[in-house]
Amino acid sequence: MVPLTHYLLVSAILFSLGVAGVMLRRNVIMIFMSIELMLNAVNLTFVAFSKFLNNLDGHIFTFMVMTVAAAEAAVGLAIVIAIFRNKPTANVDEINLLKL
Amino acid sequence: MELLIFFIFGGVAVLAAFLMIISWNPVAAVLNMILVMFCLAGLFVLLNAHFIAAIQILVYAGAIMVLFMFIIMLLNLRGNEPIWKSRDKNVLLSFLGFLLAVGAFIKLFSTLKASGLNQGTQIGEDFGTTALVGKILFTDYLLPFEIASILLLVAIIGAVMLAKTKID
Amino acid sequence: MEMIQTPEINLSAICHILTLCVTGLLILVLDLFINDQKLLPFKIDKKLLPYVALGGVILAGISSMNDFGPAVYAFNNTIAADNFAAFFNVIFCIGTALTIMISINYMEQEDLNHSEYYALLLFATAGMMLMALAASLITVFLGLELMSISLYILAGFNRAKVESTESALKYFLLGAFATGFLLYGMALIYGATGSTNLKEIAAAIKGDTLNSATLLYLGTGLMVIGLGFKVASVPFHMWTPDVYEGAPTAITAFMSVGPKAAGFAAFFRVFLVGLGGITDHWVSLIWVIAALTMTVGNLTALAQTNIKRMLAYSSISHAGYVLVALVAANEIGSTAVLYYMLAYAFMNIGAFTVVIVLGKKGEENLNLEDYSGLASRHPLLGFTMAVFMFSLAGIPPLAGFFGKFYIFSAAIKAGYVGLAVIGLLNSVVAVFYYLRITVLIYIKDPVREFPPLSISPFTLAALVIAVIGTIQLGIFPSWILEIAQSSSLF
Repeated sequence: MVPLTHYLLVSAILFSLGVAGVMLRRNVIMIFMSIELMLNAVNLTFVAFSKFLNNLDGHIFTFMVMTVAAAEAAVGLAIVIAIFRNKPTANVDEINLLKL
Repeated sequence: MELLIFFIFGGVAVLAAFLMIISWNPVAAVLNMILVMFCLAGLFVLLNAHFIAAIQILVYAGAIMVLFMFIIMLLNLRGNEPIWKSRDKNVLLSFLGFLLAVGAFIKLFSTLKASGLNQGTQIGEDFGTTALVGKILFTDYLLPFEIASILLLVAIIGAVMLAKTKID
Repeated sequence: MEMIQTPEINLSAICHILTLCVTGLLILVLDLFINDQKLLPFKIDKKLLPYVALGGVILAGISSMNDFGPAVYAFNNTIAADNFAAFFNVIFCIGTALTIMISINYMEQEDLNHSEYYALLLFATAGMMLMALAASLITVFLGLELMSISLYILAGFNRAKVESTESALKYFLLGAFATGFLLYGMALIYGATGSTNLKEIAAAIKGDTLNSATLLYLGTGLMVIGLGFKVASVPFHMWTPDVYEGAPTAITAFMSVGPKAAGFAAFFRVFLVGLGGITDHWVSLIWVIAALTMTVGNLTALAQTNIKRMLAYSSISHAGYVLVALVAANEIGSTAVLYYMLAYAFMNIGAFTVVIVLGKKGEENLNLEDYSGLASRHPLLGFTMAVFMFSLAGIPPLAGFFGKFYIFSAAIKAGYVGLAVIGLLNSVVAVFYYLRITVLIYIKDPVREFPPLSISPFTLAALVIAVIGTIQLGIFPSWILEIAQSSSLF
């Protein structure tokens, strides 16, 4: 049996990589994808705890996170399209977001 | 055996995630992200989360990432950004954050290793099946489930409002 | 195959949320028939839809007032309809109703009169109510996201304007980033306590049945980051000025009141109900954040020349004052927050209403200089702006003064004299930039022509309600304080 800490370590690494992506990349799509990576890492944490606690609440939470991620993806990409119509660029700096 | 499967999926997930955040080309990044999601689905199966593993593939890898790919194609994004340029302040901040996170996790894992949680308890045969998750979803978590439907409606309105060329 | 037992469904506990959602759906459906009137037995006009929305909000407000009384736990303890939630729900309804009233004219003037706007406002309010009602981390999360996603869309509602879409993108990226931290915090707290229910989390902490205390502290820290972003506290405030400046002004007014109050409702619920047992561990963190938020917000506000940015920084500093009440973590603090958020709703929306009234399409007159000599041309409007500025500055006998007074006395009573002193010094700094506007209005000569004002009846009504609310709460605070006292979390 794989111990819990192994799963938590993988999810912590994935979460940190996601945060690093948000902090260091400049492309809007890449920042957004890094955020999705963070949410995926959280899902792994929830599911792992769920099994080791023998409690299904974590699965429900993961389900809701996925729903929200889908809704956020739809809205976020629509915002990117709206920006593109005004100003054809996708780099964060060029759309005055450097002070992130 | 289980440990071996874990290391394959976990290792590939971390590697693909790393490649994702450094990849220059957005299309390659999306493909790497899909690989991460497949590996996570594998880990979910190891954790007896069969239902979650299925929707991970269907919703995340299938729908969300296809949406990303679609937008990249639609807007014809190219990887012409200098990756690390001009966010030096954030590089330093990230490094400090990284040190802090490593410290926190070392402390965390040393305490967790000792606790009983690490080895887990005996779980039921049907843990994580669609039937059991569905049952909880429609009884204990009925209200959150209904709220999620309003949330999706809002997302639909938003996508139409923001992306439509002409509103009448 | 065993049957699923139908759970107990207590619709009266979520009556207000249902009212808002149904009104939102009704608006969307009615909108479909506007271009095709043959299908309906009666005629509808697009201009009618805002009034439908206003009616829905007022109904929801009345049903929230009915909620005062013994606490009701419903839907398997995922929501707690107690007085605390009812008080916050009334604040949200007041904020949304005032926003709708000032939007009717503003959105037409900016050519943005789409019915989806009102539907989204209602859905966002439903999300805020859910946050105030939340008794489980899942409900906190879903309410927060329902509110945030609606707000991302509303911030970018002026699609033709670059600033509006940019502010939507910035708000969206940072909001989603913060959600990631919040969720990770929730996951770790779930792992530490084995439950997502706030009461069970509190019981696990009290009964010392934690799986790992480190896990709990780490989760608490991550939740502070996540919620800190949502209420715009320093150092997680960077998005506020740009988003407030770029969004349509009516939405800025809305964002600075309702969602901020909702963020604090969730903050207080999670930290005082769920994590109340480990107050010693998070209180110093919040102490630092509160002191920083007040100081940075006020000092940066001094340097602003744009009224929307100035009000953005002022809203950051007000978030700092509210965090002082969280640090106090006692009954007066919890009471003071309810009173303060109500007073803040009136005075802040009032200030933004004056900004809207003075703006025209394409020429919003957002520089502070544009306010010079306002009183000589429009004495009443100048007077109302002065009332809101004095109240925001905390000058007696207006509502803002009593709010601050109760918050600082809560901090002193809990033994945080240092923090109260920092807060008082900040209030002195704040007086300077609020008074500067009043001086411009009354003493300086006009630098521009003030055209004759054309205030629509509803905007006027919103302004009158805001002024009466600000003065009334300041002069007769006792009855509302009594209600707030019975609604505190302790």
